[in-house]
Amino acid sequence: MAIELKMPALSPTMEQGTLAKWLKAEGDRIEPGDIIAEIETDKATMEFEAIDEGVLSKIVIAAGTEDVAVGTVIALIEGEGEEENPSRVSAQAETSGNNAQPTEPPAVAGAHSAKPAPAPATAAKDPAIPEGTNFISTTVREALRDAMAEEMRSDPRVFVMGEEVAEYQGAYKVTQGLLAEFGPKRVIDTPITEYGFAGIGTGAAMGGLRPIVEFMTFNFAMQAIDHIINSAAKTNYMSGGQMRCPIVFRGPNGAASRVGAQHSQNYGPWYASVPGLIVIAPFDAADAKGLMKAAIRCEDPVVFLENELVYGRSFDVPDMDDYVLPIGKARIMREGKDVTIVSYSIGVGMALEAAQTLADEGIDAEVIDLRTLRPLDKQAVLTSLAKTNRLIIAEEGWPTCSIASEVISICMEEGFDHLDAPVLRVCNEDVPLPYAANLEKLALIDAARIAEAARKVCYK
Amino acid sequence: MAKQPAKPSSAAKKTARAADDTDFSLHSLQDAFEAKKRYAASDAEMMEFYRQMLLIRRFEEKAGQLYGLGLIGGFCHLYIGQEAVAIGLQSALDNDRDSVITGYRDHGHMLAYGIDPKVIMAELTGREAGISKGKGGSMHMFSTEHKFYGGHGIVGAQVALGGGLALAHQYNEDGGICLAYFGDGAANQGQVYETFNMAALWKLPIVFVVEDNQYAMGTATKRSSAETAFYRRGTAFRIPGMEVNGMDVLEVRAAAEVAFAHVRAGNGPVLMECNTYRYRGHSMSDPAKYRTREEVQEQRDHHDPIPARPRTN
Repeated sequence: MAIELKMPALSPTMEQGTLAKWLKAEGDRIEPGDIIAEIETDKATMEFEAIDEGVLSKIVIAAGTEDVAVGTVIALIEGEGEEENPSRVSAQAETSGNNAQPTEPPAVAGAHSAKPAPAPATAAKDPAIPEGTNFISTTVREALRDAMAEEMRSDPRVFVMGEEVAEYQGAYKVTQGLLAEFGPKRVIDTPITEYGFAGIGTGAAMGGLRPIVEFMTFNFAMQAIDHIINSAAKTNYMSGGQMRCPIVFRGPNGAASRVGAQHSQNYGPWYASVPGLIVIAPFDAADAKGLMKAAIRCEDPVVFLENELVYGRSFDVPDMDDYVLPIGKARIMREGKDVTIVSYSIGVGMALEAAQTLADEGIDAEVIDLRTLRPLDKQAVLTSLAKTNRLIIAEEGWPTCSIASEVISICMEEGFDHLDAPVLRVCNEDVPLPYAANLEKLALIDAARIAEAARKVCYK
Repeated sequence: MAKQPAKPSSAAKKTARAADDTDFSLHSLQDAFEAKKRYAASDAEMMEFYRQMLLIRRFEEKAGQLYGLGLIGGFCHLYIGQEAVAIGLQSALDNDRDSVITGYRDHGHMLAYGIDPKVIMAELTGREAGISKGKGGSMHMFSTEHKFYGGHGIVGAQVALGGGLALAHQYNEDGGICLAYFGDGAANQGQVYETFNMAALWKLPIVFVVEDNQYAMGTATKRSSAETAFYRRGTAFRIPGMEVNGMDVLEVRAAAEVAFAHVRAGNGPVLMECNTYRYRGHSMSDPAKYRTREEVQEQRDHHDPIPARPRTN
């Protein structure tokens, strides 16, 4: 019987890829360990290795095919003396190609596989964008890179350092191309030594440079948190305003996909509690770009929290020479009158999806993306609350001492008279994130839970 | 019984070492320093060293007194006994280019720059006129005007930060070097070695100075450190080490000249150990019960960097 070779998942978050090249032809003998194809993900080109032996009887997906879903049958291997079964192959071939559906749900399809709802027509426009501006579909990953590259072009003091940022082009490919343009002096590969290089970056900022320090993920920044908080955040104040520290600490934050408890944590509330830090956690590509540029220009240390699951998503980014957004301003992603859903980072996509569901039920939800966690745009929250009188917070993170807790405090302290229902928080379960796909899904927030909380505060 | 193989003679070892030292010598700086161990100061320079060291001594005595009166609060770490280290090193700096960073025992390093003692004392007493407007205190003082970058309260943090200052010197090609001080206690922090690695890898212009005052708070170096010869601790990173008598300002100055020239020439970092002694407790709240009165008195009588009469040069 033929062995089906399926499109492999080559990273925890990969959902599709390009079958770049076949290194074996139909009829070739295959041994375990042979490299049979090259597969391009959005992050890297990977070699696909055989684990079975036999003869490559049929190539189902041709070289060069893009957007092949993980799990799609790409080729068949026959054992010795077996005949291929033509009908079976053609049945597979019909489902392949650009719109191929996986034959089984891909292992990576966790709680976050849902795409955000399309931006509603009522989305409030960022005031900084002039009428008639063209928009270009850009991934969050590219937007971040473009922001860094633009700032590096305009300010020679700006440089990037971190693990694998240069020759490897970034562990998540966010710094792709920077080495080629700016050279090794300004795109610096560091050893795996977070505490040390966070300190060196901070010292360089004290010495007048403008470092962008990439953490491969913010989980590893716990090794370096002393420099972020004690060295970078406090210096301006402690020195009586003499010594600034213009540095950006950036990298992916929050749960990725099935990487387990030590690699899945939202540090937003940790950093947002520290005076002296600016904390930014954007959702879409335009905000990622505009806020990254603002972060690099900021005279104070900025913790810039990205999200691995959002890196590959595309959004419209205004085609402007210098698109810089204000730090500390929330954005109304969708206007509504019945209930406010406050969120940030990946939660915004889920909130928009929930709002769509609620709209179908006749509940008109307003979605606010905080974008900056410190300083938090209190006024945007309170203004929306005054309009809808009901508010929930959706946060991909633990509930205790969270941004959600903070927003609830703001509503209690300054918005109490506008409340028609208790403010509810929709957060992850209060456990270390489990590995098993089903448990992980149960532990993380999703659109359904957000919609349910919204119904509850609307008493529906 | 078979005869034990003869141990290689020291001469043989030296030859083997030299063969391995074509582009790197852990010992060349120490050798150069040993050849001319005391700086030939002019009378005017001697007088200036004396004046500066005495200023630190008197300032710190007064700070101790004001602490006792409740006019200085919190933590206050005095530099008494260690004066020759800051003066010997900082007198050799090029103040237009070079930067300095240290830990929380920072009053002496600021005074060595000639920073007005009044703004330092005002900071210690928590006044708006203080150099950090009363917001920093004893451990958190800075003078970017003098390229003095603090004044850091977390043990060892200044070493990595100093690496960053050195990176800025290299990046800006300004010809400056960074002088990063830390204690024998900080010498056991992991980030110190993370910084050694990157500083050596990138040839950063930095002089790491271990001010070994024999006690990390109340723990003697031999109780905390497997290797108490701290100048050897850069060996694994190919950082040359120097061992210096930190109680002699002329020795420190002579060592500084050797180290600074090496670093300024683009050869990467140097690790200098200055053996010194603090007469007072770790901080004002330390009764110093971990050592005898006699031990302290012996240091004062025989090793004080500010002798009543100058030692012969």
